[in-house]
Amino acid sequence: MLYREVGQYKTSYAADQALLPILQDKIGIAVLLLIAFVGVPLTASDFTLNSVLIPILIFSLAATGLNLLTGYTGLLSLGTGGFMGVGAYACYKLMTLFPHVNIIVFILFSGFFAAAVGIVFGLPSLRIKGFYLAVATLAAQFFLSWCFIRVPWLYNYNISASIEVPTKMLFGIAVTGPTATSVTRYLVVLAIVAVLTLLAANLVRGRTGRTWMAVRDMDLAAELIGIRLYQTKLLSFAVSSFYCGVAGAMLVFLYLGNAEPSSFDINQSFLILFMVIIGGLGSLLGSFLGATLIWGLPILLRHVPTYFGLSIESAKVDQSTFMILGALIIFFLIVEPHGLARLWQIGKQKLRVWPFPY
Amino acid sequence: MMHLLYSIFVDPFVQMGAAPDLLVQTLWDGLVSGVLYALIALGFVLIFKASGVFNFAQGIMVVFAALTLVGLAEHGVPAYVALALTIVVMLVLAVGVERLILRPLVDQPEIILFMATFGLTYFLIGLGELIFGGDPKVMIAGQLGLPSGSYRITMAGGYVQLQKIDIAAAIIASLMVAGLGILFNRTRIGRALRAVADSHRAALSVGISLEQIWVIVWFAAGVVALATGIMWGARSDVSFALETIALKALPVLILGGFTSIPGAIVGGLLVSVRQKVGEFYWGSLVGGGIESWFAYVIALVFLLFRPQGLFGERIIERL
Repeated sequence: MLYREVGQYKTSYAADQALLPILQDKIGIAVLLLIAFVGVPLTASDFTLNSVLIPILIFSLAATGLNLLTGYTGLLSLGTGGFMGVGAYACYKLMTLFPHVNIIVFILFSGFFAAAVGIVFGLPSLRIKGFYLAVATLAAQFFLSWCFIRVPWLYNYNISASIEVPTKMLFGIAVTGPTATSVTRYLVVLAIVAVLTLLAANLVRGRTGRTWMAVRDMDLAAELIGIRLYQTKLLSFAVSSFYCGVAGAMLVFLYLGNAEPSSFDINQSFLILFMVIIGGLGSLLGSFLGATLIWGLPILLRHVPTYFGLSIESAKVDQSTFMILGALIIFFLIVEPHGLARLWQIGKQKLRVWPFPY
Repeated sequence: MMHLLYSIFVDPFVQMGAAPDLLVQTLWDGLVSGVLYALIALGFVLIFKASGVFNFAQGIMVVFAALTLVGLAEHGVPAYVALALTIVVMLVLAVGVERLILRPLVDQPEIILFMATFGLTYFLIGLGELIFGGDPKVMIAGQLGLPSGSYRITMAGGYVQLQKIDIAAAIIASLMVAGLGILFNRTRIGRALRAVADSHRAALSVGISLEQIWVIVWFAAGVVALATGIMWGARSDVSFALETIALKALPVLILGGFTSIPGAIVGGLLVSVRQKVGEFYWGSLVGGGIESWFAYVIALVFLLFRPQGLFGERIIERL
């Protein structure tokens, strides 16, 4: 009833191919953006912004990056954490070399460094596929992690081997560093994520995305119809690493405040891969849903017992969180191997035909 | 520049020539830790061969098996009884994995199964810490009749130290490989296993029970994990840090090929020896710690020339 495209006639090809062809989608996205940009900053508490929404948005962006590579081009990567680290350290070095340039410029620009590194480690992708490629990207992950520890130039010879984020201003308001309010940081993160997601949505439905998907579905066939495999795969690596790099820079500058090499280790890569798989391979919406679930679940598990007046020692909670998270991952994979995004699609179809069964 | 070239291409070999005892010791250290890598890789290969699942949980299975053994022994169970009980626990785990993970997920793409073993890893980490606590424990090597101490061999103006436990590990590993080789190549179960590995649908249609095969394979991998846990635990101690050794075994798999048992062994030895030698003679050039990624770089270079591994079957793709 509510969600039905009946009566919405398209009179031009462009209107038919629009990003959001149905009126209800347009309204839905507009309302969502309005809530995110206006409603949330006015109402949400510091805790919600700081430990829930900001990290979810940042991880969504990283998951989007990995989804472009794994979900759309079919190349499994376990080096996401490393590429995020490249973004973060590039941003830090740029900032110390040119302290007067706007920090937002550097956060976006650091993605290009990650993209360059991504291309280098994507080079084996023409010869090897599947798990073998995953191992090749693991090599990237371990090598980059090692660099973050052993190359002191990257963290300006800081004794604690970590990078610390100084206060930076944007239009006279502190954006990074300890004095920046969580609302400011939230809005900056949200703006960057929104713009980059729009870019990704347009990228995947255009020529680039179609060649990626052709390569994913069958690379030999794609080659036969004239797609250059090497360029396509490397472009995918580059764009994916760009997104991961920006996410990494934001993670350090707008969320953590300081970074240690362990922030970008192999576990980070696995976490992002989880988000992509649980959310749905080959779906941008899935990246957001996956990040929300994987990041939100442990927080929820930690807070649910206190609502019921139960007090459990925190070590026990952590261990049970691990167990429940593991069990839930298996549960979701069994119930819906195509991810949460698929559930949303099914729900949408149900809404469309309601009140009839089909 | 000349100095750098010298320190890369000349100096390490001069060092090797000057102190052959150190070289032999390094090679030996490499070989013995290679046995352990090979054991882990063996667990991977077993499961990959028979169910096409890349089992990320092998590392945590090692920890879990070792912890169960030590935990039981701590509660006063005699060592050999504890060993038998742990094997029963691994059987229960295998049945549980088959019932709750593999059966509902049959015929799903590889990556989904791979992720499921990730879920299993998280679950086992949580369960292990909940039951046994997160502190490192000491392996009951002595009670299990494993030797301790070492032999000392004098040679070329120095001596080489051989730990008895390492020799025992090598012997047990080779026995295990021989046993698995017989199981795979000479028995009815082995033939069924290979059939399932080739195509589980075809195997199903000629009346091979997939469920049974999966339980057998996961149980075998569990026993291999237990052996690995005992050996590794006897060298250091049993803690959750062991979990990451699963990742160290990956380059071994690449070198050996995902489907080959001898490949796992040879790959394990090769990777580990090169890693140790590389670290010892060239590591100082780049600030040390190259052990963490050197094996991967070897594997990567190797992949470019021989993607199917040393012994892996070549898979030809057709359109």
